[in-house]
Amino acid sequence: MTVAAPVRVDTPIFGGDARERLTDVAQAALAEARAQGCSAAEAGAHLSQGLSVTVRLGDVETLEQTRDKGLSVAVYFGTRNGSASTTDLSPAAVRETVRAACTIARYTAEDDCAGLADPDKLARDIPQLDLLHPWNLGADRAIELARDCEAAALDLDARIRNSEGGSVSTYEGVEVYTNTHGFVGTLAGTRHNVSASVIAQDQSGMQRDYWFTVSRRPDALEAPAAVGVRAAERALARLGARKLSTRRAPVIYEAQIATSLLSHFIGAIRGESLYRGASFLIDHLGKSIFPSFVRIHEQPHLPGALGSAPFDNEGVATAARDIVRDGVLQGYVLDSYSARKLKMQTTGNAGGVHNLAIDTGNLGLDELLKLMGTGLLVTELIGFGVNTVTGDYSRGAAGFWVENGAIVHPVEEITIAGNLRDLYRGIAAVGNDVELRGNVRTGSILIDNITIAGS
Amino acid sequence: MDTSKDLVKQARRSLLEPAGLGENDLARLMDRLLSGQVDYADIYFQHSRHESWSLEEGQVKSGAHSIECGAGVRAVAGEKSGFAYSDDIVLPALLEAAGAARAIAVQGESATAPIRWRAGEARRLYQVADPVASIPDQEKVAVLERIEREARAQDPRVKQVMASLAAVHEVILVARSDGTLAGDVRPLVRVNVTVIAESNGRREVGTGGGGGRFTYRELLAGDTVLGFAREAVRQALVNLEAVDAPAGDMQVVLGPGWPGILLHEAIGHGLEGDFNRKGTSAFAGRLGQNVASAEVTVVDDGTLQDRRGSLNVDDEGTPTNRTVLIENGVLVGYMQDLLNARLMGVAPTGNGRRESYAHLPMPRMTNTYMLAGKHDPKEIIASVDKGLYAVNFGGGQVDITSGKFVFSASEAYLIEKGKVTRPVKGATLIGNGPDVLTRVSMVGDDLALDSGVGTCGKEGQSVPVGVGQPTLKIDRLTVGGTQT
Repeated sequence: MTVAAPVRVDTPIFGGDARERLTDVAQAALAEARAQGCSAAEAGAHLSQGLSVTVRLGDVETLEQTRDKGLSVAVYFGTRNGSASTTDLSPAAVRETVRAACTIARYTAEDDCAGLADPDKLARDIPQLDLLHPWNLGADRAIELARDCEAAALDLDARIRNSEGGSVSTYEGVEVYTNTHGFVGTLAGTRHNVSASVIAQDQSGMQRDYWFTVSRRPDALEAPAAVGVRAAERALARLGARKLSTRRAPVIYEAQIATSLLSHFIGAIRGESLYRGASFLIDHLGKSIFPSFVRIHEQPHLPGALGSAPFDNEGVATAARDIVRDGVLQGYVLDSYSARKLKMQTTGNAGGVHNLAIDTGNLGLDELLKLMGTGLLVTELIGFGVNTVTGDYSRGAAGFWVENGAIVHPVEEITIAGNLRDLYRGIAAVGNDVELRGNVRTGSILIDNITIAGS
Repeated sequence: MDTSKDLVKQARRSLLEPAGLGENDLARLMDRLLSGQVDYADIYFQHSRHESWSLEEGQVKSGAHSIECGAGVRAVAGEKSGFAYSDDIVLPALLEAAGAARAIAVQGESATAPIRWRAGEARRLYQVADPVASIPDQEKVAVLERIEREARAQDPRVKQVMASLAAVHEVILVARSDGTLAGDVRPLVRVNVTVIAESNGRREVGTGGGGGRFTYRELLAGDTVLGFAREAVRQALVNLEAVDAPAGDMQVVLGPGWPGILLHEAIGHGLEGDFNRKGTSAFAGRLGQNVASAEVTVVDDGTLQDRRGSLNVDDEGTPTNRTVLIENGVLVGYMQDLLNARLMGVAPTGNGRRESYAHLPMPRMTNTYMLAGKHDPKEIIASVDKGLYAVNFGGGQVDITSGKFVFSASEAYLIEKGKVTRPVKGATLIGNGPDVLTRVSMVGDDLALDSGVGTCGKEGQSVPVGVGQPTLKIDRLTVGGTQT
């Protein structure tokens, strides 16, 4: 990994004054809620700013400045609630927004489970998680980096004939959450991204692929040229793709899409899915779902990580925990409301999980291919054919057919299908090629058997 | 046109007058945008108000209200677009955004004549009304409770009913560098019902819903809404009986209406002007070629009265059109916004759309559908010896470069010896856009449009759309089931 930009300390766009202003706005919303007779209320306010450029075939295609702000409030009259949001933070708009939420709460039903998080669950000490690394990247420099990224792809091979462009973006945001239990939490963070999407073409047709690097730190990004080269290599590798005949075979999900298997799992153990009976994993606490070597855990306090957060969307303290140990489900993914519905305790997951990770084995992707022998390496999935209620799974796929541990040819226009229960039980190995560019961390995953539909 | 002037007047009243902005201010903003070598510029003002109410476990437990308001400013020079926005409609913030947007332009002499503002043409496809305020809040709650009772009354196996009502009231104003002012006031309402039925420990889901560009009054008139509840229950009960879906290539018959998502994914996105201008679509350079069987004619029509995908003007102020995409099997048209139409040397088609003021416009679909053919749907099913009959779908997706697309059936049946037999579990169907329609061998006479709940996502931007088609038979398509 090389350094994309000189290491330096850039100044945040949003300083202490921005945090104070947001806190004031959120507090004003709570004050208005009290004035309206609410028994409890919560408010979140945010500010963000960013720059995004795309260079296509060497020329600037888009240059976008983004700047957003907003306020969202939830009010409670006893156990009835309403919520509202606005992009206008003026005092008049704040009052109107709170009143709109109050109006809604007049008509919603009594709901014993509604309300703020319990006071004893709220974060007391807020750890510094190293999430703010501003990059005062001017438009000219951003264009230069995007151009370098795309040029590296276009220069790699004559068959890279077209491009959707190289892109660079940077984002900084600050948010404040406060509620009438007296909690006030502030979070500021950055996110920077370099990506390329290019098209390879030969007599067999066109294939597009992309690559990207993302980090909270500009100095932790992959070099733009390396991103471009990777995008071009991936597009080239897909040329000449063909269908497979319908069959059953083992499958490897490449790390960057293996994350989807874990996301579907989280979707099925979320409180909302469980109390509604809308999950194939209801009543699975303490039961075996994966093979015994599987451990899945979340690490909300990893310094500098994309999914890190000291508290969740309700101010509840987050904490590291195992969700699956020895293949057995240890806990659900709950916010206060769903926890009360299930007569459990919140797990600090209002808004989702934080840095979910599965323990990896010792094998790299090449060794996983050898372990599989003959089967399918899936590198792209399309479509939405996942049913959380039943676990039924059927998605469009592209990738490579593998024989004796070696790639034979690229494949496309096939589907892979099964039931998530069987896919989870069928995990044979997790590679050490860990995907770090998101909130879900996994290596490539080998599954013993799946149905491939093709010609 | 008087009507378009009315829309502009309304939009000015909602968007400019509260901020104290007049025509001179627009001209000043435009001057700022046009300094340097800028070919085109526009300012898009938007105020949208959104509300939703949702029911679960027999009670309306939550509701939400949101307001989005702001303006996006864009400067275009050649293929370059500079863009910035402000969520405060006040002159200093807009001038700052204009300064940021024109940064893409090469500095140089700008040759701008003083702008004379005039109202552009617009259609009048829906009422100018605020759906949020169209009925009292207690009625919204009562409707959801009625839907719940209707669903539960259908069958004791119904275990969970979730229903939601949503409305959007959006006012937009586009000010273009050619002096055109275009306004629109857009109502949009929607109801969704999801049912979970349980039998012998097995749970299955069914969905129903509908909506369009009107108010709650029209949505709730008659029995339609309760019909969505019954439809959701029917689907869930069918799925309780479903066996594993087959895997592999076979004949597929698609039902009328929402299965038109086939067209949206297989050809619609591939015919959007941006991908064709750039040559990244599998359809690029194929105008005039056969891409479907002779029975197939497909249009994108933003001019349908009251439909979810319809617009009086698109988000660049161009009146919407009925654009023929495929005529008797021949590719005849692409969907265009201003930028791509200009770069390709063709006329804009009224397909320039954006999610909000905070997003750049691009070519998008409106209501995309296939015209009716001559076959009785019964005749189509009777012609299939062994195949799949798919009548309801979830979402779909396409890779426009390779042309491969998917759409996922949520209600499907086997066809055996010309008869619809057992229901099968949901499965994803996959095909190749440029040739799938060449294998359409029979087109039904039963054209139907969807019920009005579709949303299309492209490059992170969501817009409401419609689809439709008659019953049709595809001679070979890959069905992604598990039974080999």
